[in-house]
Amino acid sequence: MAEVAEKEKVQMLDIYVMGKRYKVPEGLTIQTALEYCGYHIIRGCGCRAGFCGACGTIYNFTYDPTIRYALGCQKEIEQNMVITQIPFFPATEALYNVEDLEPKEGENKLVELYPDILTCFGCNNCTKTCPQDLEVMEFMSAAIRGDIKRVAELSFDCLICGLCAARCPQGLQPYNVALAARRIYGHYMAPKSQHNLNRVKEIEEGKFNVELEELKKASEAELRKRYAAREIEPAK
Amino acid sequence: MPYPAYMEESIRKVEATRAERLKKGLLPRIPEAEREALVNKFHPDYKKEEMRELKVGPNKGERTPHEVADLLEGSSRVDPDKIELDKIDHDVDVLVIGCGGAGGAAALLAEENGASVLISSKLRLGDANTIGAQAGTQAADRPNDSPAIHYLDIMGGGHFTNDPDLAEALAKDAPDAIRWLESLGVEWDKEPDGSYHELSGGGCAVRRMHSCRDYTGLEEMRTIRDEMRQRNMHGRKIDWLEFEPVIELLMDDKGQVAGAILMNLETKQMSVVRARAVVMATGGVGRTHIQGFPTTNHYGATADGLVLAYRVSCPLVHMDTMQYHPTGAAFPPQILGLLITEKVRTLGAELVNCDGEQFVHPLEARDTEASAEIRECKERGKGVTTPTGEVGLWEDSPMVDIIRGEGTIARELPAMVRQFARFDIDMIHKPMLVYPTLHYQNGGIKIKADASTSVPGLFAAGECEGGVHGRNRLIGNSTLDLFVFGRRAGRAAAKWVKEVKLGKLTLDHVRKWQREIKEAGLEDMPISPMLLPNYARGNRPVPGFVPLGEASEYTPFGDRAVRWI
Repeated sequence: MAEVAEKEKVQMLDIYVMGKRYKVPEGLTIQTALEYCGYHIIRGCGCRAGFCGACGTIYNFTYDPTIRYALGCQKEIEQNMVITQIPFFPATEALYNVEDLEPKEGENKLVELYPDILTCFGCNNCTKTCPQDLEVMEFMSAAIRGDIKRVAELSFDCLICGLCAARCPQGLQPYNVALAARRIYGHYMAPKSQHNLNRVKEIEEGKFNVELEELKKASEAELRKRYAAREIEPAK
Repeated sequence: MPYPAYMEESIRKVEATRAERLKKGLLPRIPEAEREALVNKFHPDYKKEEMRELKVGPNKGERTPHEVADLLEGSSRVDPDKIELDKIDHDVDVLVIGCGGAGGAAALLAEENGASVLISSKLRLGDANTIGAQAGTQAADRPNDSPAIHYLDIMGGGHFTNDPDLAEALAKDAPDAIRWLESLGVEWDKEPDGSYHELSGGGCAVRRMHSCRDYTGLEEMRTIRDEMRQRNMHGRKIDWLEFEPVIELLMDDKGQVAGAILMNLETKQMSVVRARAVVMATGGVGRTHIQGFPTTNHYGATADGLVLAYRVSCPLVHMDTMQYHPTGAAFPPQILGLLITEKVRTLGAELVNCDGEQFVHPLEARDTEASAEIRECKERGKGVTTPTGEVGLWEDSPMVDIIRGEGTIARELPAMVRQFARFDIDMIHKPMLVYPTLHYQNGGIKIKADASTSVPGLFAAGECEGGVHGRNRLIGNSTLDLFVFGRRAGRAAAKWVKEVKLGKLTLDHVRKWQREIKEAGLEDMPISPMLLPNYARGNRPVPGFVPLGEASEYTPFGDRAVRWI
């Protein structure tokens, strides 16, 4: 095996959890540091892997007031970090049924659902806030223009953590606007996959029933034989 | 944390062999007989001392990992004599327990089929393993594919131990599950002509992995969650309670499941739900850290549904087999055990050892791949040890862009790039260090093809049920399982509530359970369901990410009806 470097001594760092100072070993994330401090987390923890947006965190440093943003599970602690979690931020969602949102020429569904987005004055706080580094203001501009496809593309990696809404001076909820845009795009605008619809119909008509019944009844030895004889399609 | 110098040295060996490996191509797949021998020798499921026989309950005499056995044989949080069952807080047709993909799908389908639905969610609505699923969802919908080929893959992947009816349902419902999700607005990756962009996966004969970049589960979950919210806002009968898990099921005097006791995690208050049907959709067990493994699972994956079902005498299947995902992150320590999606290998990355040598085909079924890695490290000593003492092998991700063109990784794997970049590692240009990580519970609550169980009124869907995957699940069949059996459970539960007549609510099954575990000498087992792991200091080594807290000290109820961890 490759040689292991000699273990270095672990440094203890000062962090401030909602203003209260704790000493924690370096190398922890904000989330595991909170647990090191003794918190048994209920709110503000989900997948622990950067996919769910439960652990939106705001922080700065004792010597630097600039506000920064991160997912608590994905950010390593630093000396003199001052942290507070925003596990929930109030927001409203427009009422809609995706079946009634077919985009039509000359209409802007997103502005109809969220008329307030026209009050965006381009401060760009949302973009600066996003822990996924998405171009939030850019997709809000696209929403105002009615470019649903662009909103869907730019917002695809959104975790719905809510930090953008927490910092918007106009009280907008970019993540909800983007969610509606993606659902409209997925439902109406993405080109249809005919091969899938054909297969669904074939299954409904019972095309594979005989073959499946036969496989279900086959002995293990027979199944093993057929499994081993499968033709493997090359990876594309 | 960038790679330390000695690991960089090993990376240079990986880079040095890359051109030669690309020229030579992949190692052949392991023949069936050899595969079984490999798995038998190296897979964690086959370590006898890591399991024990259950002493009570419907699976008495069967073996399961200690961590699961302790919870299954645990003591109730509820004192039946202190709960008033005539004060009903919520009276509904269907109670769905858990709200990942399976719970969400079940809730939507039950509501559509005329039932009123209440969801109990331990964390937020949608906080579940679903949201972290990356690679994709299988469905045999290309012209050269068929549900029969998919069926063979499922059975072979599961070592032919699967329930044929369940495997058939999984293969047959798959294309419609994809269509259904798209109708809700899920944005699948597509080719310009509209056909799905489908990749191959470990153990699959045909390319049939439907993906949404590497945020497949996130896209599925946020869409389903929004649909639930919209229906609720429209006044339809679908509602939920967040941070309010079930701590015990209720039965009626006719032996039917008839509701549950819930506990608000923040206020510790309890409530009584009467329900004509219950759908269990609580997901997996990763946070029990079986055999001390790190896990890819979310914070709430603590086997609660297995415990609850077991206490109403519902049998479980294949509880001696867990899935260890071949590629959990072994470095940096901040993401130890987190998932590196199999999609990286389906796109062309090879696994290589500390000298840059291939040792296994990158797309074997998961148990085989994981076993080969353990052999490479433990028997052949060809792993790389990290500064914190973890051992791992290289997943040569830069090969993806070399094979498929620059920009492929950034386009297909944005979540992976982002996760490693956050810790100063550039996986587009440097390999990632990986090792098997606890990923999935292959078995679970025994169900029939309509997602019903042997206990009247109880249905189960998703990771908490078992039988469909046999002893080893394939990539892309878990997210599929959610929507196939979630939808089936929702439909079946809605149908059941139209027929059932509930009797008087009772917790006699809990009284009986407490007697049984006492007689079996199991008083020292922890209180269960666990609800959340306890990682607060004092309960874990530092700096570390692995072990579970010590079992809570058990005092029989004290003066309270509910005992907090």
